[in-house]
Amino acid sequence: MGKIVGLTGDETAAEAMRQINPDVLAAYPITPQTEIVQNFSQFVANGVVSTEMIRVESEHSAMSACIGAAASGARAMTATSANGLALMWEICYIAASYRLPIVMPLVNRALSGPINIHCDHSDSMGARDSGWIQLYSENCQEIYDNLIQAIRIAEDKEVLLPVMVTLDGFIISHAMERVEILEDEKVTEFIGEYKNPYSLLDVDNPVTWGPLDLYDYYFEHKRQQIEAIEKAGEVIQRVGKEFKEISGRSYELMENYRLEGADLVIVAAGSTAGTVKAVVNQLREEGVKAGLLKIRAFRPFPVREVSQALKNAKAVAILDRSVSFGAEGGPIFLEIRSALFEEAKRVPVVNYIYGLGGRDIGIDEIKAVYKNLERIAQTKKIEKLVGYLGLRE
Amino acid sequence: MPSLKELSKKKELLSGGQRLCAGCGASIIVRQILMAAEDPLVISCATGCLEVATTIYPFSAWRIPFIHCAFENSASTLSGAEAAYRSLKRQGKIDRTIKFIAFGGDGGTYDIGLQALSGVLERGHNLLYVCYDNGAYMNTGIQRSSATPQGAATTTSPVGKAIPEGKQRPRKDLTQIVVAHDSPYVAQANPAYYNDLIKKVQKALNTEGPTFINILSPCPRGWRYESSQSIQIAKLATLTGFWPLYEVENGKYRITYRPKKRRPFREWLESQGRFKHLLSEKNKGIVERLEREVEEKENKLLALAGETPSSA
Amino acid sequence: MKEKGWKEIPLGGLILEAGNAEKYATGGWRTYRPVRDEKKCNDCLLCWVYCPDSSIIVEEAKIKGFDYEHCKGCGICSAQCPKDAIEMVEETKFVLQEKGEQ
Ligand code: SF4
Ligand code: SF4
Repeated sequence: MGKIVGLTGDETAAEAMRQINPDVLAAYPITPQTEIVQNFSQFVANGVVSTEMIRVESEHSAMSACIGAAASGARAMTATSANGLALMWEICYIAASYRLPIVMPLVNRALSGPINIHCDHSDSMGARDSGWIQLYSENCQEIYDNLIQAIRIAEDKEVLLPVMVTLDGFIISHAMERVEILEDEKVTEFIGEYKNPYSLLDVDNPVTWGPLDLYDYYFEHKRQQIEAIEKAGEVIQRVGKEFKEISGRSYELMENYRLEGADLVIVAAGSTAGTVKAVVNQLREEGVKAGLLKIRAFRPFPVREVSQALKNAKAVAILDRSVSFGAEGGPIFLEIRSALFEEAKRVPVVNYIYGLGGRDIGIDEIKAVYKNLERIAQTKKIEKLVGYLGLRE
Repeated sequence: MPSLKELSKKKELLSGGQRLCAGCGASIIVRQILMAAEDPLVISCATGCLEVATTIYPFSAWRIPFIHCAFENSASTLSGAEAAYRSLKRQGKIDRTIKFIAFGGDGGTYDIGLQALSGVLERGHNLLYVCYDNGAYMNTGIQRSSATPQGAATTTSPVGKAIPEGKQRPRKDLTQIVVAHDSPYVAQANPAYYNDLIKKVQKALNTEGPTFINILSPCPRGWRYESSQSIQIAKLATLTGFWPLYEVENGKYRITYRPKKRRPFREWLESQGRFKHLLSEKNKGIVERLEREVEEKENKLLALAGETPSSA
Repeated sequence: MKEKGWKEIPLGGLILEAGNAEKYATGGWRTYRPVRDEKKCNDCLLCWVYCPDSSIIVEEAKIKGFDYEHCKGCGICSAQCPKDAIEMVEETKFVLQEKGEQ
């Protein structure tokens, strides 16, 4: 068996990366991701990884170098947060469209401005159309498990897409938790060797990456990407099952937490799901039929699974830790509301924007949301479609 | 250096059918570089004329591995490939010797890609960066870059009543910026002097560490001259002192070709339509200033190389 | 060329056939055609080293001719030839000639 250790989220990510032992890691430090890069640098200094680490001068170069490395048949990783992701934005799209299975922990942090270093999901949510697979983690254990599974998902030959594994900045990245770490050999065996059929270093079989792709073929290449990220849904589930065999922990596209017979359901992603679980347990004891739907894969978005899980609820509240300015509700809300459109019975759904710039969310706020859901279930009336949790008027 | 006869027996690594303008200097440069290389190569290229015209899907003119990522990151993209090579070699997963060359135009190198280039130089990647400098953003229609010579008319530094001289600022000396990074080998070359260029490329590829060659790339469209004149005009750039040929090896300067007597700078201006307006009476002062500056620059370089100043 | 569907092309925009640009003819861009006088030419290969379009065919270090599929008619070879062996001839002449032959 593996071992139980106490690690922060960043340390956990670094530990998973040590075991993954990528051929190339190109990274630039940014709060609150910094400890990942620092810890990994120490692994390199200690000679415990065979990774070629590139201490780039920017996140833009980090992602560019990952592309060069992955196109050369190397397993390549990086890590970032917020403005760092924003700086590599252009290149993130290119990584996905070149079908390069780069894996990147993203320590969620609010995007400037004004500048803020604390958690919200505006960084990853903004990148939701970049073609990357996105897996959200609730706690340190999930960061570890998700990162290891991400390698398999990304490199699956039906997928070949980059994956970002998110963790909430400071809340998880800097909080010490109990984590179960697998044996090194088990991880090595589980992830296998990275083999891209095409490599820049295969000089006897030269290929061209990144041509000018105009109206005659660009659309077809995008269609291939659509196919791949759709396939990723099945692959995420398959890899989840295989991961259970080595870890005992199972993973799906989302987690149904006490959803059997639940009337009042909250949907959340990231660390807040943990807080919601605590409230669900309390309410269940009080006889309230509360439940939680935790989003793990946001890209690809499990439309059918989500509507299946929510269709019998009497009222649903979706918690979004980011804003889509000018839209009616946050990104998760928009997805779910649209997913439920196909259901014969109309499920009342409301949206709460919360936690921007690291604003804390506690048990009381979650309880208030369930209270409101109770009211909606009874009256069948929605007073406010989009509300704000923890905001001063 | 091998003779042209020997070089001509090597396989041509850039195919015909690329869509650069007739007479473009970029592909002359690339062909000469590929002739020079003795080992297998991996190429990266910044967005720009060269990339766009040689790789229009589903066609590629490159008979060797090639990657284009974006405009500002030819250097950093290739640094990833080079790091992958080192990593896989160390792990015993490949055993070939492979050399790495990044291409960028002046826009992708002097301007938007300068940071990525600086990073690669500082980190010491084992690759050669080649800037093909045609002195403007030619691919998007001749907009000024920081490599555009002072006085040149471009679409964003046009000549007008209020600004009769075209581009008002002198060009950035990128070669000197690279020298300041203490790279083991830095040079300036010119495809008209193919011998010199090929020698420099071979030297750079055989040097451990990040090397850099800045190569003047004549552009008939942007410089406004007849396509057949590319090589004559490129030659003139060196003969008039606009584009001195030199190398800096571990900090030591050497002029690799010094014309016996420098030709008047005016000839360079007269050869191209982009400078035409400078030849009018009212821009006389500007031309005199440019002539003075070229001479000063030349003397500075001669001093660095320990040669006697020009008497011209 | 018939354009392919999304299931038939390689992933990620990759071009697997290195150098297949040679299938694309740029010879039609020409208004002047380089014509070499074999008697004047001494095979110095200067035209070859300066041609931007890899369009001077050399075999065994001897000029064999031009690749008119790709030569864009820039005239650099002609301008650089020290022996004055390459003449740039208007393409229309050849069109008329070909017509006359038919
Ligand atoms: S440059 Fe002139 S002389 Fe030399 S090989 Fe070409 S055609 Fe012959
Ligand atoms: S005209 Fe230009 S393209 Fe044609 S062979 Fe001569 S140099 Fe090459």
